[in-house]
Amino acid sequence: MTSADFSILLPEIILAIFAMAALLFAVYTGKDKTAPMMVWGTAGIFLILALYIGLNGEGANEAFGGLFRDDAFARFSKIVILISAAAVLVMSQDYMQKRDLLRFEYPLLVALAVVGMCVMVSAGDLIVLYMGLELQSLALYVVASLRRDSVKSTEAGLKYFVLGALSSGMLLYGASLTYGFSGTTEFAGIIEAASEGDMPLGLLFGLVFLISGLAFKVSAVPFHMWTPDVYEGAPTPITAFFATAPKMAAMALFARLMHDAFGAAPGDWGQIVALLAVASMFLGSVAAIGQRDIKRLMAYSSITHMGFALIGLASGTEFGVQAMLVYMAIYITMNVGTFAFILSMQRDGRVVTDITALNMYSKREPLKALAMLILLFSMAGVPPLVGFFGKFYVLRAAVDANMAWLAVAGVIASVIGAFYYLRIVYYMYFGEEGEALDGAMPAPQWALLMVAAAVMLLGVVNLFGIEGPAAAAAAALVH
Amino acid sequence: MVGLEHYLAVAAALFVIGIFGIFLNRKNVIILLMSLELILLSVNINFVAFSSYLGDLVGQVFTLFVLTVAAAEAAIGLAILVCFFRNRGTIDVEDVNVMKG
Repeated sequence: MTSADFSILLPEIILAIFAMAALLFAVYTGKDKTAPMMVWGTAGIFLILALYIGLNGEGANEAFGGLFRDDAFARFSKIVILISAAAVLVMSQDYMQKRDLLRFEYPLLVALAVVGMCVMVSAGDLIVLYMGLELQSLALYVVASLRRDSVKSTEAGLKYFVLGALSSGMLLYGASLTYGFSGTTEFAGIIEAASEGDMPLGLLFGLVFLISGLAFKVSAVPFHMWTPDVYEGAPTPITAFFATAPKMAAMALFARLMHDAFGAAPGDWGQIVALLAVASMFLGSVAAIGQRDIKRLMAYSSITHMGFALIGLASGTEFGVQAMLVYMAIYITMNVGTFAFILSMQRDGRVVTDITALNMYSKREPLKALAMLILLFSMAGVPPLVGFFGKFYVLRAAVDANMAWLAVAGVIASVIGAFYYLRIVYYMYFGEEGEALDGAMPAPQWALLMVAAAVMLLGVVNLFGIEGPAAAAAAALVH
Repeated sequence: MVGLEHYLAVAAALFVIGIFGIFLNRKNVIILLMSLELILLSVNINFVAFSSYLGDLVGQVFTLFVLTVAAAEAAIGLAILVCFFRNRGTIDVEDVNVMKG
C-alpha cells in the first residue's frame, strides 16, 4: 500500500469523504434546509471529478496488486456515470422541492451510489466487484423508497430490495464457484484458469450464475420483473437516476467481468448474452405497447435498450465493446433529456404520468414538443438522428462477429419498438383536444431537454468525437 | 470422512431452499428476508469450504466481507419494511401489489 495506490483511487476517496463529511455537516446544521445547497454541491463535485478523470488519467494503472484497475475503459465509464448523475441531480432539485421531497440525504445517497459505481467499473477482483455492487445497490434501495409516506414508493423500494438482494445472492454463488474452480478471485488468475483447455464444468456454472446476477442489475429479460414496478413507484427524479448512471455502471461491469475474467472463452458466454439480448429487445418492445403510464413505458424502453447494448457485448469483439459504450452514452443522453421533460409533466401542481395527457401538446408548447419529438425519434432509431447510429454500431458489431441473425432480430425488434415511441408523438401532434398540462418548466430541466435534443441532431456530424475514446476504452479492455 | 463435495452439497441445498423460499412463500415478507439470509450463508459455506480445500485464505476474507454486507442489507431491508408497514398496515406478500407486475 503506497501513496501511488491511493492516488489511483483518489476520485473515489474524495467522493466518499465528501459524502460522509456532508452528512455530518447537514446533521449538525440546518438538516433539510441545506438540501438545495447539497444538491448543487454534489453535482459540482461530480463534474469536477469527471473533468479530473478526463484530463488526468492516462495509460493503464493498477492499484493494490491488481485489485483496482484504472484504464481507459474505467475512465470512459466513470465520466459518463459522473456527468449523468450530475445532470439528474440538477434537474431533480426543483421537482423535489415543490413536493417536499428534498431531504439532504438524497444527494448524499446518490453520491455514495456513484462511489459504488466507480468502484464497480474499476474492479479487478471478485471481492472488489461485490463490494462496489453492494455499495451501489444499498444506496439505491434507500433512494427508491425516499418518499416514506407513499405506499407506491415504499413498495417499489421493497420489491427492488428483495429482488436486488436475490440477484446479489446469485452473483455471489457464482463468485464462490468461480473462486473454487479457478483457485483465485483475481480476474487475471481466473482468465488463466479458464484458458487452459476446456473450461471446467464448475467454472462454467459459476459463469452462468455471475451472468444471471448481472443480468438482474442491467434488467435484461428474464430478470427484468422489478424494472417497471420500481420505475413507476419511485419518485420521478429517482426513476431518472435509475435509468441512467446505474445502467451504465452495470453494463460496464458486465463487459469488464466477461472480457477481463472470461475473455479466453467468448464463445461460452457470447451465446448466453445473445439470448438475453434477443429476449430483452423483444419483450421490451412488445410489452411497452400496452402501457399508458409514461414511467412504465420508459422502463420497458430501457429494457429494450439494454437488449441492444448487450448485442455489442455478445459479439465478443473489441469493436463490440466499443459499440456498446457508444450505445450506452447515447442512450443516457436521450434518457436525461426525456426525463427532464417527464419531470415537468403536471396539472394544477399534481404529477401526471398518463401519456394521453400529452394530447395536442405541440399546439401549446411547440418548441418543447419538437425537442421531445427529436428525442423520441432518436430512441426509436429513425435514421438521421444519433439514436440510429447507436443502433447501427451494435448491429454492425454483430454482423462483423458472424452473428447476422442477432442483427436481424435487432432490426425487427426496433421496428416493433418504434410503435410506442411514435404513439407519443402522435398524441402530441395529432391527438384529441383534452385537459391541458400546465406549469412552467424550470430552467435546468428546460436546458437539459434542449441540449439533449440538440445533441441528437448535431451529433450526426461526428457523434461529438465519442468514437475515439470509446475505441481506446475497448482496446484497453479486450486483449 | 467429510470431504469438499459434502460441504458443496449442503451449500447447494441451502441455496436452493433459499431461492424456493423467495418464490414459493406467499405469506410474510420477513420470511423473504430469512430466505435471503439463507442464500448468503450458503455462499459463505461454499467460500469457507473452497478456502480450506485450496489452502488459500482469500475465500475466508471474502466470507467476512459477505457477512458484513449481509448485516447492512438486513438493516436496510427491515427499515424499508417498517416504512411499508406504516403505509400499508400489513406485511403479507400478497398485499405487496399496489402496482401490477
